[in-house]
This record gives sequence, C-alpha cells and structure tokens, in this order.
Amino acid sequence: MLDDAKVRGALMVRDASVEFAGLKALDGVSLRLEPGEILGLIGPNGSGKTTTINAITGQVPLAGGTVRIGERIISGLSPRKIALLGVARSFQIVRLFNNMTTLENVETAALARGDSRRIARAKAEALLHDFSLERHRDDLCGTLSYGDKRRVEIARALAAEPSFLFLDEPAAGMNVAETDALLDILRALPAERGLGLLIIDHDMSLIMRLCDRLQVLSSGRTIAEGSADEVRTNRDVIEAYLGSGADD
Amino acid sequence: MDFAIQFIINVLSLGGAYALMALGLVLVYGILKLVNFAYGELIMVAGYTLHLVGGSPLPWLVMAAVAVVMAMVAGLATDYVAFRPVRAKSVTAVLITSFAFSTLLQNAALLFISPRPRSVPLPEIFSQSVMIGGMPTPMRDIITIVAAVVLLGLFAFLMQKTVLGIAMRAAATNFTMARMLGVPANLIISSAFAISGLLAGVVGILWIGRIGTVAPAIGLEPLLIAFIACVIGGMRSLQGAVLGGFILAFIDTTLNYTLSQDLLKFRDAFTFSLVILILLWRPEGLMKGPASGQRT
Repeated sequence: MLDDAKVRGALMVRDASVEFAGLKALDGVSLRLEPGEILGLIGPNGSGKTTTINAITGQVPLAGGTVRIGERIISGLSPRKIALLGVARSFQIVRLFNNMTTLENVETAALARGDSRRIARAKAEALLHDFSLERHRDDLCGTLSYGDKRRVEIARALAAEPSFLFLDEPAAGMNVAETDALLDILRALPAERGLGLLIIDHDMSLIMRLCDRLQVLSSGRTIAEGSADEVRTNRDVIEAYLGSGADD
Repeated sequence: MDFAIQFIINVLSLGGAYALMALGLVLVYGILKLVNFAYGELIMVAGYTLHLVGGSPLPWLVMAAVAVVMAMVAGLATDYVAFRPVRAKSVTAVLITSFAFSTLLQNAALLFISPRPRSVPLPEIFSQSVMIGGMPTPMRDIITIVAAVVLLGLFAFLMQKTVLGIAMRAAATNFTMARMLGVPANLIISSAFAISGLLAGVVGILWIGRIGTVAPAIGLEPLLIAFIACVIGGMRSLQGAVLGGFILAFIDTTLNYTLSQDLLKFRDAFTFSLVILILLWRPEGLMKGPASGQRT
C-alpha cells in the first residue's frame, strides 16, 4: 500500500489558480509551508482560504500553477495519493465516521496508511490520550459533543502521521476553555511531530496567538504576508476586512 | 409446545436464509449507495455450477465449495462489467448496466443450458428429518440455521475485528472521506462484491436445497426478498438487513400457519400490506444507520 514513501521538504504552492464555471476562486496564489512551522491563512469570507486547501489536497483541480513537496510535484494526483504522501486535513464541517467508535475513527486513518492492527491501535490510544478523549474511546462518534468531534477529527488526521496538516476552523463551535486546551495541543504539534501546520480560522486572537507567520487572502489573491504585527497594521488588510474608506 | 418449537425452527431457518440474502445486497449498497440488481443471478450461478459439476465423482462438499467460489467470481465480474466502468458517471447508468448484466446471465443460462429446471445434486441429509420435541423436522432447516449462525458470526467478526472490515465500514459511512484518508476504494468495493457473492452462493445452495432444481429465473425471488428485508430493516444498516430478514420470515411463517387454505394463495398480498404498514410507521426502515445517506 505504501509504494510512495513520504517526501521530504517544504510544501510549495506556485501561482495556483482555481476556477468554478469561469469564476476565479483562486487567482495565482503562492504559498510556502515549512515542516515545523505554523502558518495562519486568513481573509474575509469567500477569499479562497478553503479553496486553497482543497486545491492542495486534490479535491478541486487546479486551472493553473503547481503544488510540490520538496522536488515532488503533487498537483494532479488523486486526493488519496496526496494523502498517502503525507498531507492530512480537517474540515470546516466535521466529517467523521459517525457509526464507528472514537477509537475506530482514529484507527482507520492509521490502517489506511498500511499500519498493522496492533500498531494502529497503539497509535490511536496514544492520540486519544493526547486529546483527552479516552472517556469517549468506545462511544459512537455520532453521539459526541461538537467540540469533541472536532478533536477526534484532528486526532484522526494525526494518526496518518502527516508531514503537513491543514486545519479548517479547528476551534469553531468550541467554548473558551476548549479553545485554550486545543491551542496548547496545536502549539506543541509542529515541534513534537516535525510537521507543518496550516490553520484557517476567523478567531483572530487564536490565530495571532498561535501562528509564526500569517498570509492574508482577498478575492483569491495574496494581499499580505508576515508576522502578526506586520499583518495587523497593513493597509490592504484593513481595507479588505473593513472595506475601502474605513479610515476616512 | 410442539407447535411453538416447530414455529421457532421455521422462523429461524427461513429468517437465516433471508438475513444472509439481505446482507449480501446491503453490503454493496452501503458502500456504493447503489442496488445491485444482478444479485439474484449470483444465486443462479451457484445453482448451475452445482448442476454442472453434479456428474463428477467429487464429494458433495467440494462441489458446494466450487459453486460458492463461482458465485464470488460472478460477484467480482458484476463489479468489473456493470459497475466499475460507469460508477463515477451516473446512478441511472449503473442501474441499467446492473439490469443488463442480470439479463445477460439469465439468457446465457437459457441459451447454453436449458429454459427448463435442472436438477442439482444434494446430499442425503437434505431430505432427512430428525425428531425435535416430538415433531419431525427437516434436516435442511437445521443446516440452514447452523449455516446462518456461522456466517453471521464470521461476518460480524470480519466487520469488527479486521482491517478490511473497518475499512469497509468507514467506506460505507463516508466513502469520500475514507478515500481521502487513503483507504483504497477499488479494493474495498471489489471485496464487498466478493463477500456479497459468498453470501449469495451459500444462500443459493440452501435455497435450491429446498426446491431441488435450478432454473434461469431462480434469482428473482431471492432478490425481491433481500430487497424487502433491507427496506424493512433500513437500507443503511447491516444489522438492519439481518433484522429485516428475520422479521420478513416471521411474517411469512405466521401467515403460513394462520391463513386458511383459500387465503394462502394471497399470502404475498398480506405480507406486503404489513410491509407497507411498517414503512408508514418507520419510512427509513427500523434501523437508521449513518446520518449521511447520499451518494458520496
């Protein structure tokens, strides 16, 4: 099953374009994600954040541009192939296997990569521990609370031992305590597992506290890049969020 | 008391056969959200294989094994011929290709074997009886119950404890997500068809064991039974299919015992009326299964 070993190197998106029936959802976006860093992808609704993830993971085809991991071009491969090359993601709307237990959900991701039953079970148990989900180990995922479901989804993505992990609004629907607990877990991930983490979220305080670097999209284009402070004071960003003339 | 034992054995043996039939159908449906209308022909293939190897000196169990293997091969062929080439394109296309494959197999049997029923070899034990609670009970009923228990047990083990089973359940809940995690879709689908063929093959032998002959249209009734059992139990749930099979058998057997000779001709009308009532009460079937029922 693992004919492709994971490729080493940074994830690089070059001039990616995506069109939906002639409408440009992404218009030449470039992005670089290094193993071990946390990149925040922000922007107003409809700016192309989720589309960027969909394009990298192969769920929507690129109209132009390339996606590479190190020297290996991954754009054009099937979502399954890309997943096996070490790219994992979570979804804005949680997509769990609702009639399977929490443990089985996490296990499935490890099994799909070719792990044995024993190893997959051990990995899943360890992840449930990391995410404080042990008490839901044998509960069907459909019965979990919203916050728990989101954590299961992240644990499941990690069970595949990805080199790059994309989280689409991981804290949506969580209360403050849950968000803080998640933040602690996420902050430690890149160093612990040597993975590159890309996060989309509307919660600016979460993004600002978590990310090493931010990239701002608007109407399918990159309008700013840099540290939290650089982005916060950028005129284009203020304009994109608040509309032009906001400071008049 | 005697009557009760007799009744229970009847329900269990008929229900076991119905449950296995329904399971084979719903297994493929669960993953692809498509009904395999060529499912009945897998039973036909098992029957004709048994007929064709009937003249050989092989022991009966070997012949039966060959018949089951041929049903599995036919199941895999259904995937490759009727489903895989058009699967991604449209539901309607698959509906038609699976009907076409069913017709093709039936007509091949008409043309190359015979339109008339052909006998199949059956071991002595199928026509023997044992006394249970003072009533003569056909051995084939006992064999059916044992076979159903063994197969349902093996099936439950496969789905709960093996990598293939977990992957199949994941694929049945959310096919797209399973693929995204790296579950090999084609392998999972082919496995589902092969297991579906295995169940059809065993049921085929038990079913034909009741009649003693095989004819080209023999698959129609099992297909209908399986379909109705799935609808009663809930199309999205494996347990539902098994439950539906036993409920349908319970209804059929009860009617067999209670209807007068004149009314017995119309048994199916009574059965279907009850099925309609069940569906009015629970339109999605008795067991709901995973929340997302759309094709993914």
